[in-house]
Amino acid sequence: MSQPDANVYYVPHKSRWPIIATIGMFMFMLGAANWLNGHDTAGQVILAAGALTIIGMMVGWFGNVIRESMKGTFNSQVDTSFRMGMTWFIFSEVFFFAAFFGALFYIRTFTVPWLGGMGDKGALTNGFIWQGFSATWPTNGPDAVGGSFISTSPWGIPLINTLLLLSSSVTVTIAHHALRAGKRKPLIGFLGLTILLGATFLGLQAHEYWESYVHLNMTLHSGIYGATFYILTGFHGLHVTLGTIMLIVMWLRCARGHFNREHHFAFEAVAWYWHFVDVIWLCLFLFVYIL
Amino acid sequence: MSSTAQAVHHEEHHQSFFERWFMSTNHKDIGTLYLSFSFLMLFVGGSFAMLIRAELFEPGLQLMQPYFFNELTGMHGLVMIFGVIMPSFVGLANWMIPMQIGAPDMALPRLNNLSFWILPFAFVLLLSTFFMPGGAPAAGWTMYPPLVLQGGESIAFMIFAIHLMGISSILGSINIIATILNLRAPGLDLLKMPMFCWSWLITSFLVIAVMPVLAGAVTMMLFDRFFGTNFFNAAGGGDPVMYQHVFWFFGHPEVYIMILPAFGVISEIVPTFSRKPLFGYKAMVYAIACIAFLSFIVWSHHMFTVGLPLGAEVFFMYSTMLIAVPTGVKIFNWVTTMWRGSLSFEVPMLWAIAFIVLFTIGGFSGVMMALVPADFQYNQTYFIVAHFHYVLVGGALFSIIGAVYYWLPKWSGRMYSNFWAKLHFWSSVISVNVLFFPQHFLGLAGMPRRIPDYNVAFADWNMVSSIGGFWFGATQLIFVGVVIHCVFFSKQKAAARVWEHAYGLEWTLPSPAPHHSFTVPPVIDDSQLAHGDVSH
Repeated sequence: MSQPDANVYYVPHKSRWPIIATIGMFMFMLGAANWLNGHDTAGQVILAAGALTIIGMMVGWFGNVIRESMKGTFNSQVDTSFRMGMTWFIFSEVFFFAAFFGALFYIRTFTVPWLGGMGDKGALTNGFIWQGFSATWPTNGPDAVGGSFISTSPWGIPLINTLLLLSSSVTVTIAHHALRAGKRKPLIGFLGLTILLGATFLGLQAHEYWESYVHLNMTLHSGIYGATFYILTGFHGLHVTLGTIMLIVMWLRCARGHFNREHHFAFEAVAWYWHFVDVIWLCLFLFVYIL
Repeated sequence: MSSTAQAVHHEEHHQSFFERWFMSTNHKDIGTLYLSFSFLMLFVGGSFAMLIRAELFEPGLQLMQPYFFNELTGMHGLVMIFGVIMPSFVGLANWMIPMQIGAPDMALPRLNNLSFWILPFAFVLLLSTFFMPGGAPAAGWTMYPPLVLQGGESIAFMIFAIHLMGISSILGSINIIATILNLRAPGLDLLKMPMFCWSWLITSFLVIAVMPVLAGAVTMMLFDRFFGTNFFNAAGGGDPVMYQHVFWFFGHPEVYIMILPAFGVISEIVPTFSRKPLFGYKAMVYAIACIAFLSFIVWSHHMFTVGLPLGAEVFFMYSTMLIAVPTGVKIFNWVTTMWRGSLSFEVPMLWAIAFIVLFTIGGFSGVMMALVPADFQYNQTYFIVAHFHYVLVGGALFSIIGAVYYWLPKWSGRMYSNFWAKLHFWSSVISVNVLFFPQHFLGLAGMPRRIPDYNVAFADWNMVSSIGGFWFGATQLIFVGVVIHCVFFSKQKAAARVWEHAYGLEWTLPSPAPHHSFTVPPVIDDSQLAHGDVSH
């Protein structure tokens, strides 16, 4: 707990970035809500302004922290605070995904069997409302919402994507070891390879979505299967996208020599995030695609 | 690194209004912002409550259309939960935790500023829905689909406002955990920490675990409404009850997010005015941890009548009744702390004792509702309304007011008027019972909640309750007066140790506390800690 070098506490200077961040988030949400309500032009303009503000804020705020860090402003106590912040942020992300996994498990364990007539409750539900529906998975429900569809086989693109993400977790670890050993070339190379693997994953997933929509009639409208499939894989894909952007930033920072063997928390934070995204994918591959 | 503390001290003398309040990295200023914001929202949410009680003053529709009444009930809940109780506890955490653990500030001060400033914007989004086509969301604060999805333009705004509030409280809690785990002065072990810090450490964990789940629930709602998914539509294989499960997996821990910091506050106040260390310090810590754990496995007791399988009803009934055990430990330990103490009844102590009594009443009705067959009778009646207002007004809000009276002299450096503060207390504690106790009778007699009109058989007690409501609402104006007088006009200076037997690091600082609490880690003297020697 106590830091030997923390005989004087560190408190950062005032910053304009938090208030800019909130204004950006507010405009983003305001624009999105207006757009969804059919006020297209106003919504899009406000949304775009919000998005640009958020991007500008991130460049500005992170840039500010990077400059402070390079000047050696942060002592080891601040470093620990950053680590705790990132750890608990990832913990909150785990629970965000847990909500959707929980929804999926509930639907598959209870809702669909009940609609199909399981147990006393289900027998009545099925007999009075949804006669003739039998529980299967995948399903788009008793009304066959969205029309008949075919679900993706796990053993094509999803399997390749699993291998891609797993190997990207290995490459980012090799890059981290290279960083700690002070070996610049393997660091740049393996981090670049990680980015490449992530980008390939995203490309393949985009292709898979396109195939599902165009050839398999498997869309967001395809009942509960389409809904759970797209919300889980979609939010995961969003996280891979963010992770890849973060990796690119780390690659640029490595190329500029921002990190040294002891002092590279930003790199580690991104690596943690990348492993987290990887673990979520493994759960997805098992529970969404295979089972 | 070594020059920064001085630099910060230099900086405080040259800051404009905008710099101080909008760009702050100071836990006290941000704490003040949180407390002021929630104070304002107390009157916004309170005015909704006044309108509700005015409509219910007598049977028949007098003041408003039923749909507007529904908007008011839902928005009253959302504002009071996310705009008053949660932010005011975060405000107290901001002010007190760094002072109680010997830290200079929060661990991540800029993030702290971000956490606060998200809130006013979130409430602009939420409150603006009153002026939209279709009005504000009118399906209660629980936002159950499919009803809530039938609203007008407000749905998207409500969902995004919830997202923003979630981000705010998650970031705030990350900050609190990092502060407590990383910034304690050397020698201040976890089990020497004041109870308020302990309660917030565990509360933060709950916030980080369940706010994302709420975000997930409302995101599914967003997709159902705008992108054609069928999460909550049985025809597509979905299930509206699934929303309730996901929502209450958030919702029940949320209830404890609103009461655990209150336990922390009461555990600070009671020992001070009993002139005894807290009885059973470690048991109090473990009881909070135990309540937090149990909060994750009781959620379906909010849904006993939706048609759960028998096994689920039995499980959730017993798990719910278990919570009475650690909660009982806490009540008994407060009472035992007072037992044979040299009690004195300063204003904070009055609020703390009222808390213990009122919260226990609310807790007892909670145990009644845990019983499944009994709950089938109480469900959706005013009995529920009476129950959760006893724990949230008599519990959470009373503890917040008690905390303000306890620490306000430390914050402002001045004493408030004892006369007006006591008047505020006695008027509040009587009126809150006139307001909520009759609602037990109404509920047991069968009056449904969330209904603007009612059978004439319920007329008398509704009128009593409304009178209590207006009385309680008007009484809070005294609070505004006391606080404003204390902060800006009071001539009476407060000592560093404001209360005779108050122990803990915050009382070693002068009143008002310096801009950055501790610039170097203080030396911990065990005899000056809040709970005496806790090593055995």
